[in-house]
Amino acid sequence: MAGITKRQFTAGRAKSQRGTEESPLAKWTLISIAMIFCVVFLLLPLVNVFAQAFSKGWDVYWQALTHPDAWAAIKLTLLVAAVCVPLNVIFGLAAAWAIAKFEFRGKTLLITLIDLPFSVSPIVAGLMFIVLFGLQGFFGEWLRDHDLKIIFAVPGIILATVFITFPFVARELIPVMQATGTDQEQAALTLGANGWQTFWHVTLPSVKWGLVYGVILCNARAMGEYGAVRVVSGNIAGKTQTMPLRVESLND
Amino acid sequence: MAEKKFNALPGFGLTMGFTLFYLSAIVMIPIGALIVKTLGIPWSEFWRLATTERALAAYKLTFGASFIAALANAIFGTLLAWVLTRYEFPGRRIVDALVDFPFALPTAVAGLTLANLFAANGWLGQYLVPFGIKGAFTPLGVVIALTFVGMPFVVRTLQPVLENFEREVEEASATLGAGRWRTFISVIAPSLMPSIITGFALAFARAIGEYGSIVFISGNLPFKTEIAPYLIVMRLEEYDYAGAMTLAVVLLAFSFVMLAVINVIEQWANKFAK
Repeated sequence: MAGITKRQFTAGRAKSQRGTEESPLAKWTLISIAMIFCVVFLLLPLVNVFAQAFSKGWDVYWQALTHPDAWAAIKLTLLVAAVCVPLNVIFGLAAAWAIAKFEFRGKTLLITLIDLPFSVSPIVAGLMFIVLFGLQGFFGEWLRDHDLKIIFAVPGIILATVFITFPFVARELIPVMQATGTDQEQAALTLGANGWQTFWHVTLPSVKWGLVYGVILCNARAMGEYGAVRVVSGNIAGKTQTMPLRVESLND
Repeated sequence: MAEKKFNALPGFGLTMGFTLFYLSAIVMIPIGALIVKTLGIPWSEFWRLATTERALAAYKLTFGASFIAALANAIFGTLLAWVLTRYEFPGRRIVDALVDFPFALPTAVAGLTLANLFAANGWLGQYLVPFGIKGAFTPLGVVIALTFVGMPFVVRTLQPVLENFEREVEEASATLGAGRWRTFISVIAPSLMPSIITGFALAFARAIGEYGSIVFISGNLPFKTEIAPYLIVMRLEEYDYAGAMTLAVVLLAFSFVMLAVINVIEQWANKFAK
C-alpha cells in the first residue's frame, strides 16, 4: 500500500523533481558499484555455503548430519538457544518498559551499559567467565568442593551465550516502545485495565515486529556463536560441542 | 525546565529492578571480575605482557585491518543505503533482505566460506591470485572477513535516516542553482555524517573483537596474520592466565573508549538535529 502511494506520489512530482535526481548515468553507475559489492560480499558467500555443503552429494551431507556427535551438537545448540533467547526476551521487555515509559536520571548510562556486550570481544567475554568460575577463578574452589561444573560444561556455554546475545532484544524494543509513547497505556489504565492487561493487550501488540526481529537476531547469534563458546566449552565431542565448534573440528 | 509529566503507568520498580539485577549478573560482575583479577598482576608485569613483540604485532593487525574494513563499510555501506532507499531497480528487495545475512551467518561458517572463495582454486581466488591478490591466509583475508561481518552496521544505521530525509531541502538547494553533486556534498552529506560515523564506530568495535570468521581465513601466523583475540586464546591454551587477562583488559579498555565515542557522537547528532 505504502509503496504504491509513494510511487504515484513520486510519479506525479517527477517533473518538479528534476533538480533533485541524479542523471541516469550517475544513477546506474552507483547501482552497478553497489551491486558488484553485494555480489562479492553477500551473494557469492551465500551460494558458496550451499555449494560446499552439497559438493560431495546428498549422501555425504546426510551422513555428516546424522553422525551421533553431530546429533549431540545439534541438540546442545538448540538447548543453548532455548535457554538464552527467553531469558534475553524477558530482560529486553523489562528494560524497554523501564527505559521507554519512564523518565529517570542515568538513562543514557543504562542504555550504554546494555550495549556494552556488543563491543566486547567474544573471546574476552569467555575469559570473564573463566575468571569467575574456572579452577583458578573466584568461585573455582567452591564449585570444585561442591562438585559443580560451569566451565567446560553446559552452564558455561549458556552463560557465555547469554552475555553475547544480551543486547539484541532490548536494542530492538527500546526505540519501538519509545516511538509509541505512553498515551495508549494511560488510556487503557483509565478504562480500568490492570498493569498486566495493559501490557498484554496494548503494549505487546504495538511492539510485535520489533520483538520478532530482536528474537531472530538473538537466536541467530545464540546458535552461531563461536568465539565465546570455544573459550568456555572445552569442545568435547558429543558433550560440550555446539554446531559451530563441530564445524571447526571437522575442518581440521 | 520541562514540566514533569504525570505518569500513572505501573511496573517501574519491577522492570527497573529486574533490569539492574540481570545487567549486574550477566555483564557487570563478569567484567568487574576480570578487571579485579587483572589488578592483581603487578604493573611492571602487566606492561611487559601487554607490550610483547607478538602482542604489538597482533594489535597492529587487529586495529589496522579493523579500521580499513570499517572504512570500506562506511563507503560502500553509504552507497548501498543510498541505492536501496532512493532507486527502484530489479532485485532491490532481495538485496535489501540480503544485507542482514552477515548477522545471521555463524561467524565460523563465514570464515570458512570466505577462505574457500578466495583460495587459489576458489571461485574468486582463481581470477585474483594470478594478479597477486591473495585473500586467504594473508592480512588482506582479515580485512575481507571483517568487511563481511561489519557490513550491515552502516547500511542499517543509515537507511532510516535517508528514508526520513526531507526532499524539500534538496529541492531548495536545486532551486538556488546547486548542481546535484554540490547538493550532495553541502546539503545531504553533512546531515548523514553522524549516522555514517555511528555505523563506522559500530563496525569498527565489532571488528576489533571478531574472532570466529578470521581464524579460518587468516592462517593465524604469529607476527603476520595473528589477531589479538586469537593471541588471547593461545595464551589460555598455554594456561598463561596473566598473559590472557592482560591482553583482554587492553581490548576491553578499547571497547569502553569506542562506546564513549559512539555516545558522544549520538548526543552531538541529537543536538544538531534540534
